[in-house]
Amino acid sequence: MSIKGKAYIVGAFEHPDRVIPDRSVAQIHAENAAGVLRDAGLRLTDIDGLFIVGGGGMLPVSMADYLGLNNLRYLDGTAVGGSSPVYHIGHAAAAIAMGKCSVALVSLANRPRSEQAPRSAASTSPEASFELVYGTSTLGMYALAAQRHMYEFGTTSEQLAWVKVAASEHAQYNPRALLQKPVTVEDVLNSPMLSDPLHRLDCCVVTDGGGAVIVASPEVARQIKRPRVKIMGQAEAPKHTDNGHIELTYTGARWSGPRAFAEAGVSPGDIDYASIYDSFTITVVETLEDLGFCEKGKGGQFVADGGLRARGGRLPVNTDGGGLCNNHPGMGGMMKVLEGVRQVRGEAHPQVQVADCQLALVHGTGGSLGTRMASATLILGVEDA
Amino acid sequence: MTLTEKVLPAPPPFVHPEVKPFWEATAEGRLVLPKCLECDTLIWYPRPFCPNCASTRVEWIAASGRGSIYSFTVNRRGQADLAAYREAGVYVLAYVELEEGPRVMTNIVDCDPDSVRIGQQVEVVFHDTGQGTALPRFRPRGA
Repeated sequence: MSIKGKAYIVGAFEHPDRVIPDRSVAQIHAENAAGVLRDAGLRLTDIDGLFIVGGGGMLPVSMADYLGLNNLRYLDGTAVGGSSPVYHIGHAAAAIAMGKCSVALVSLANRPRSEQAPRSAASTSPEASFELVYGTSTLGMYALAAQRHMYEFGTTSEQLAWVKVAASEHAQYNPRALLQKPVTVEDVLNSPMLSDPLHRLDCCVVTDGGGAVIVASPEVARQIKRPRVKIMGQAEAPKHTDNGHIELTYTGARWSGPRAFAEAGVSPGDIDYASIYDSFTITVVETLEDLGFCEKGKGGQFVADGGLRARGGRLPVNTDGGGLCNNHPGMGGMMKVLEGVRQVRGEAHPQVQVADCQLALVHGTGGSLGTRMASATLILGVEDA
Repeated sequence: MTLTEKVLPAPPPFVHPEVKPFWEATAEGRLVLPKCLECDTLIWYPRPFCPNCASTRVEWIAASGRGSIYSFTVNRRGQADLAAYREAGVYVLAYVELEEGPRVMTNIVDCDPDSVRIGQQVEVVFHDTGQGTALPRFRPRGA
């Protein structure tokens, strides 16, 4: 039993805006839906599955109402931060493979740039009393991981900086990217130290926005005019503090990666392009190691000296500029999927399009490398992959 | 008294009823850990559930209060989830590995943040929240 070849991505849409002061998250979802239906050439009435993250209340039902979806047979609101869409696509493919639905809308929307969610000391999650009270931050959590990775493996700030450099070089070709100017290793190292060892330019941007895809059955996919993107495999894994024995030098990709490769029947060496979640530079380094693109501890060397460049790199990564330069609406997993789809369709910017891209890997990371996270790995391929 | 200790806030934690013994001990300057009565596993973060054997029966044992730094970061620019920390100046967020094993999130205090190192030996101190609890934090040992 596998999802391989049982479902296709038949529509894709990236919300064009990066700052959205004048519309709600629900409206961004609606704009995603309109955009992705246009891309696929489908109609609202075709949608019979909804997989959605971002927004409040009883989200999938609330958005079914907002969008006027009357034929829904399957709902999923799995909310695991930035990795959610990568979870949703696997869940949608599984639902389609089981005949539970045939046209699934997968949407992510968020507006953390315009509307900051308040966090209070009285946060009642069970772990908050033992973490939040010490002055945690998303940045600080990832800094803890980076510090330990440096200590155990000798990873350097210069190596981490190369992740940002490659992303910025790609972003210069993306007219919608929030940051379009290429930066150097020196620029990263000279940017303010925010939380040792992470500098300002080790961090992703914060934008509003989102995006959507439509996952559909092979029967539906055959009627679509757009290039079909085959779902080859998907796997997911949470990683947590392991009863006081947290290890900061690896991610849940250690488990999701091998299972996704096994389902797809391919290995890291077969991958032509990779979208790797890049909330921070360290996120990319640890994830590449865990997915098997290099040995554990050698991620710094792998990314250094242009290792992630679309042209001449060891592995082209985040050719849209990624979360580090293009956009990161609090949760970036959908953007990772969308650039993977563009690469497989052959529709990335010509300066960053990987020649004859047959297989793309997409990895989403939600939560925190410093405490608990959700990892998901998705492998996409061309029709005959 | 160092700069860090003067300015670092001590926000009160939300005390879930089942972990009252942990927080009541902090108010008395004691660090205690839940230990499974079935399989002797130490549990962190505190809760009366054993992730090793699914028992809900625990006892609260005294920890030595000593440990070493597993990882740390120096927060320099006031980025924090809690507003109270955004004006706190430079402070150290860390994981300390207790002698008993668990790695606990905390702050390193009573020292120059730039002197903190992984592997450094530390000991617990308690900072009163003013609401019947105290935050266990750590300072360099023999400092």
